[in-house]
Order: sequence, then structure tokens, then C-alpha cells
Amino acid sequence: MATHAHPKRTGLWDWLTTVDHKKIGILYLIAGGFFFLIGGLEALLMRIQLMYPNQEIFVGGSFNQLLTMHGTTMIFLAAMPIIFALMNAIVPLQIGARDVAFPFLNSLGFWLFFLGGLLLNLSWFLGGAPDAGWTAYLPLSGKNYSGMGVDFYVLGLQIAGIGTWIGGINFLVTIINMRAPGLTFMRLPMFTWSVFVTSALILFAFPAITVSLVLLMFDRLFGGAFFEPALGGNIVIWQHLFWVFGHPEVYILILPAFGVISEVIATFSKKRIFGYSAMVFATVLIGFLGFMVWVHHMFTVGLGPVANSLFSIATMLIAVPTGIKIFNWLFTMWGGQIRFTAANLWAVGFLPTFVIGGMTGVMLSVPPADYQFHDSYFVVAHFHYTIVGGMVFALFAGLHYWWPKMFGKILNETLGKIGFWFFFIGFHLTFFPQHFLGLMGMPRRVFTFLPNQGLELGNFISTIGAFSMTIGTLVFLYNVIVTATRGEKASNDPWDARTLEWTISSPAPEYNFAQTPLVRGLDAFWVEKMAGKKKMTPAEPLGEIHMPSPSILPFIMSLGLFIAGFGFMHHAYLIVIIGLGTTVVCMFLRSIYDDPGYHVHPDEEEVKA
Amino acid sequence: MAQNFTSLPAHPETATLEGKNKVLAFWLFLGGEVVLFGSLFATFIALRTSYAGGPTGQELFDLGLVAIATLLLLTSSLTSVFGVQAMHRHDVAGMQRWFGITVLLGVAFLGLEIYEFMHYYHMGHTMSSSAFGSAFYTLVGFHGAHVLGGVTWIALLQMQLAKKGLTVVTAPKFYLASLYWHFVDLVWVFIFTVVYLMGKVG
Ligand code: HEM
Ligand SMILES: [Cu+2]
Repeated sequence: MATHAHPKRTGLWDWLTTVDHKKIGILYLIAGGFFFLIGGLEALLMRIQLMYPNQEIFVGGSFNQLLTMHGTTMIFLAAMPIIFALMNAIVPLQIGARDVAFPFLNSLGFWLFFLGGLLLNLSWFLGGAPDAGWTAYLPLSGKNYSGMGVDFYVLGLQIAGIGTWIGGINFLVTIINMRAPGLTFMRLPMFTWSVFVTSALILFAFPAITVSLVLLMFDRLFGGAFFEPALGGNIVIWQHLFWVFGHPEVYILILPAFGVISEVIATFSKKRIFGYSAMVFATVLIGFLGFMVWVHHMFTVGLGPVANSLFSIATMLIAVPTGIKIFNWLFTMWGGQIRFTAANLWAVGFLPTFVIGGMTGVMLSVPPADYQFHDSYFVVAHFHYTIVGGMVFALFAGLHYWWPKMFGKILNETLGKIGFWFFFIGFHLTFFPQHFLGLMGMPRRVFTFLPNQGLELGNFISTIGAFSMTIGTLVFLYNVIVTATRGEKASNDPWDARTLEWTISSPAPEYNFAQTPLVRGLDAFWVEKMAGKKKMTPAEPLGEIHMPSPSILPFIMSLGLFIAGFGFMHHAYLIVIIGLGTTVVCMFLRSIYDDPGYHVHPDEEEVKA
Repeated sequence: MAQNFTSLPAHPETATLEGKNKVLAFWLFLGGEVVLFGSLFATFIALRTSYAGGPTGQELFDLGLVAIATLLLLTSSLTSVFGVQAMHRHDVAGMQRWFGITVLLGVAFLGLEIYEFMHYYHMGHTMSSSAFGSAFYTLVGFHGAHVLGGVTWIALLQMQLAKKGLTVVTAPKFYLASLYWHFVDLVWVFIFTVVYLMGKVG
């Protein structure tokens, strides 16, 4: 066996060139967390403006920019990447793999997302942020009504979106081809299952937004007429393409959250998940139906009663598999030995909150009712109950649960619980009144309201709640710092958990598994524990492990597109050529120089222990 | 990585886990591309008669020219099949010959397409002349860009083949490039039908 020198890289260079899925997971977490703070700040500023009637802090255009960037940042640059952080950190470990299928592409996906997000946010300093809403409806986002900001939107999201799409393919292949021996699909942990379905949704949904962004870009930058009614264009095309992507996107966000909740609730109830096969079936069904319902965002466009009725029924159907999941979580807890750790608090808090979001969703799926609710604060309340009360709660649960595996230390439990309560109470204070604000007629996406129309109290409470959520977030950040400086060192399996990632040290070694484990049932580690063993039976002898080499190319390729983005925006084609040329040269280099990788020897001490 | 290249297996493209991963990933990639082209087709179909006073498909399209282009592209799919068959026989010279012809046919197709676009441009059919114009150039142009990508890719692989020979590393690349090429040709069949035939005949 040819042995290549182990490349030693440190500091920034290590992070720029890493192809290790665990480190890429941490990069996603840092970048996503950073954008989460920016998006949160934007939200807080909006709530301050709406605290009292007739305020004049952020009015008109500046409010529109805050609103647009808040939504765009939260969905694309905070929620998705933090999901990718958990996917990267955990999925290969849960399936007993040494790595993802394509480590190089994994790094490329991260850098594309990060530089795309950076491009989008630079708009604040270079001519104003996008201001047409995160849905960028025409004609508002056309060149007649919106400035440079929307150019940043189309180009930044395009680059970031390609990164996400690459990631989706990577995880599909990883889960299909790289499972440990014995790990059949019907033994796959629920989190991995949900990532699998999510990746399939990414694969089929993201091309639709790629195309919509291309069309909008052509209209804005190259004189296209797709959305120009005077030249035969049609703005409803944008809405269709956007929601063909957009509705699956909300399931891309929520399915991994469901996966996290399944893991956390099972572990902290000390029971296997109730109705495993029903859970799998429900996940796949939700993924499938997610593609069938996009028109429920367009009931008020006037597509006619037949279209509206069909899409209404399809939408309501999603409540069935979702209901199955809720009941299975409850039955998992039923009779279990429940431990209310910080992670589990978030998971249990998720349940009623998400149920409320689902119920208002069913209300919205009734077209006549939707004519009333549409574009009011009721919709705002609905989707925040699902996305924040659902997905963000689950992300916090997942972070508390897997922190030890990612960083080798356990987050402080007391601080974790304090943060949870501030956030949980603040969340309901913020969004519960918004249902009523909406029913009383407060429209969505307005920067102010008038006194004496009954809207003052709800808005005031809502802003107080936003402050409470901010405190909750800051407590979490403080917890991260405290834990990093003097946290407790974590053992392999601090929660007495059930799946493969807990059989190896915390944090996981570079090669994950010294010997690929042999899986003998659902909840593989628990099966072994019940058989009286402390670790997995290996499926192979101990030997050298082949690792891929680090590479700077993914970073430079992404940088090339980032530069080309500026060129397009300013019609500076020399810059476009330099940017795209850089990317193409990197692709060429990647193709002609085969990566020999290097070999590592697993730590024998650790294996014997 | 230290495989023994002297005994190349019959299907070198899927002989390693890396190769298997690549082939699976590529099929998935094509699944995504189907959605990409599907969205572009849907847009085109919605706008195909939105001429807004600009030239119409009936006035523009010359089916003879398009038929020749179609013939070139379909033949190139066939020659790429011969290329892969040569690969399975481990016949490097045959691979070079058949993939070389594939590239030439692809380039000829591109030449015709550029000529066609120039011609339309002079007839007043542009990106900004009507929604039909935008949809036409975007759909057909996207396909053209795929053709360009394909011929460049295959030509570069041929250079690698000349230098490194046929191995379990180069084989999957050729296999994927030919899959990609079939896909690009298949899309063209739809373009020929939806854009040109339906545009000319109604
Ligand atoms: C039982 C499940 C659900 C149903 C029946 C449902 C139904 C709906 C309907 C009908 C609308 C359109 C309202 C309007 O604009 O008039 C809507 C909006 C929305 N939903 Fe849901 N929903 C469900 C679950 C979810 C989930 C799980 C998420 C996210 C994780 C989500 C996120 C959103 C968002 C972001 C919007 C607003 C989009 C916008 O216009 O900006 N929904 N939902
Ligand atoms: Cu939806």
C-alpha cells in the first residue's frame, strides 16, 4: 500500500481547505449561526418599529429592506445551513461511514453557500438591500420598481442554491451507498431517514428556483421580457416556479426537524421510537405530498375554483402523516423514563407549538377562508409557528443533544434551560397575538399601523416577546462560550443513547470509526447494550484507513463565482470572464490531478479500550 | 488507492466504491436536470405564442436546417455508445476514435445553432423582442450551453485518456460523460418537437 505523508495544516488554512465532514459541519454551524444573528437583528429592528403606532424609525424603503433580508436570510442562510451543520456532523456517524461520498463536493457546497450569502448581504453596503419581499414577486422585483438590491438577490441566492443542491446529491449518495453492513433502510435512524427524504426534496426543488432566478436575472440584466406584460410576459409564471420550489422548501426545513425530535424524544424517554415504520412511511409521504400543494400559496391569484379545490384537498392531506408523527412522539413518551434535559425541553416544547402551526395551516388550506387570511398577520403567525416553533426549536434540541459529539463538551444544562424558557415564552408572546392581529385586519408587510383600531396591545406584546427571544438566544451564546472555556469533558455516550454516533469518542476521531461496525437491529448501539456489550462488533479487521486530501480549490471555485456575480451586476464582462474563468480552471485542475489521499492508522489504544 | 491497473475489470466504471458513487450521483444529477429543463419547457409553453408583434415561430423556423442539426446530434449519441462499447473491450484507440467523432458532431451542431441564432437576430427575433423571444433563447440557449459543456468535457477526457490510459479512475468519467451526452440529446428531441414542430405546424 502506498502511504502518502499526512498533510499537516493548521489555523485558518486548515479551515479553508478541510474536506472533513465534521469540520464542514462546524463551518456550517458558525456561518449559519452568524446569519441567524443578522436575521434576528433585522427582526428585532422591525419589531421595534412596530412597537407603537405611527412610529418613524424604519419607514418605507428601509423597512422593506429589513423585511426582505430578514426572510431571505432566515430561510436560505440560517435555517438551511444549520440543518446542513447537523447533517454533516451526524449523518455519516449514524450510518457507520468514514466520510460522505464526495468530501470535495461537500466543501464546495459549503463555500458556495457562504460566498453566495456574503454576496447577498454585501448589498447593504453597495447600493441597498433587496426590498421586494423574500418571495420577490413581480412586478415589484422587476427593474421598474426595485433597485440593485434584487440583483444581489438573484445572484447571491443562485450561488448559494447551487451549493445546497450539490449537498443534497452528496447526502443521497452517502446514505444509499455508504451504510455500514447490516444497516438496512428499515434500520436507519429517523434523523438519517429525514435527511434522506430532505435531500431528495432538495434535488428536485432547487432546480425550480434556479430557473426562476435565471428568468428574473435575464429580465433585469439582459432585457428579457418574461415578466413584461407589454411584451407578452406573464408574472404568474414567477409565482408558480417560486412556489414549486417554495413549498417543498418548507418541508426541506421541517423534515430534518422531525428527525431530530424523533432521536431526542426516544433517547430521553429510554424507549425505541413508537411506530418506527409508520414514522418512515409518514416522512416519505410528507416529502411526496410536499410537491403537490404549491398552489395553496396562490389561492387568491384567481386560478379558478377547480384548481383551488384540488390543491386545497391535497394540502389538507398533509395533516394526516403529520398527525401520525405527532401521535407517535406522544406514544414514545408514554410510559417512558422521561428526563427533562435542555435538549428534551426543546423537543417537548416543540410538540404543542408545532401542532398550533399545523392547525392554522389547515385553516389556511380552505380557499374561502384563505381569501380572508391571505397576506394578513395570520399568515405571519402560521409560518412562524411552523418554522420557528417547529424547526428552530428542533435545531436547538439537536444542538444541545449533539454538542458533545461535535465539540467534546456538554453544554451547561442550567444555562440551557434558562435560555429555553426565555425563548419559549418569548416566542409565544411574539407570535400568538399575531393570529388576532391578522383576524382584526392588520396586513402583512406594513411598516406601521394607526392608533385606536385595537392593534396597539397585540403589537406591543409581540415586541416584548421578541426581546425575550433575543435574551434566550444570548443566553445560548453565553452558554457556548462558558462551555468552551470550562465545560465538562464529554464521554462517548453522555446521554445513554441508542444510535451509532455514540459508540465512538466525543468528538469523533478524524476517521470516525476505527473499524466499520456491524449493525444488528434498529437502534444499533442499544441492541448491543441490551446484549450486555459496551461497544459494537466490528465488521472488518483493524487496518490503515484511506483519507481524502484537503484542498483549497472549492474555496477558489466559489470565490470565482462570487466575483463573476459582481461582474454580472455591473455589466462588467471582463470581471465575469475572470470570475467564471477562475472557476473553470479549478474544475480543470480538479479533473486532471487525481487525489491520491493519504492513510491514517487508527488509534489502537482507543480501539482496545 | 493502489489498485492493480494491469487487470482491468470488464466494467471499470463501477469497479470501485468511488466509481459506484459517481454513477449514482450522476443519475441523481440528471434527475435534477430534468426538473431544470422541465421548468424551462413549462415557461416556454406558457409563452410560446406571446409574440407581442414580434416575429412568430411560423415566420422564423426553417425545419430543414433544424432537421440536419437533429440528425447530427442523434448520430453523436450513437457514436458515444460505440465509444463506451470500446471501453468495455478495453480498446483505447477505438474510444479515442468514437468519442472524437462525437465531439466533432457536437461542434458541428453548435455551429449550426450559432448560425441559426444570428439569422433570427437579423429577422428581429431577440431576447427583448417579445416574451416568446426570451423564452426561446433561454430554453434553446440553455441546451446549447449544455452541448458546449459536453463537447469540452469529452475533449478534455480524451486528453486525459491519452496521458493516463484507461483506468478505474478515467473509466467512470467517460461513462458519465456519455450518459450526460445522451441526456443532452434527449432534451433536444423535446426541443425539436415542442419548439420547432409545434411552432411551425401549430
Ligand atoms: C399541515 C401542514 C401545513 C399546511 C396545511 C399549511 C398551509 C399553508 C397555506 C395554505 C399557506 C398560504 C397562506 C397564504 O399566503 O394565504 C401557508 C403559508 C406558509 N407556510 Fe404553511 N402549511 C403547513 C405547514 C407548514 C410548514 C411545516 C412550514 C415550514 C416549516 C410552513 C411554512 C409556511 C410559510 C413560510 C408560509 C408563507 C409563505 C409566504 O407567503 O411568505 N407551513 N401554509
Ligand atoms: Cu406551502
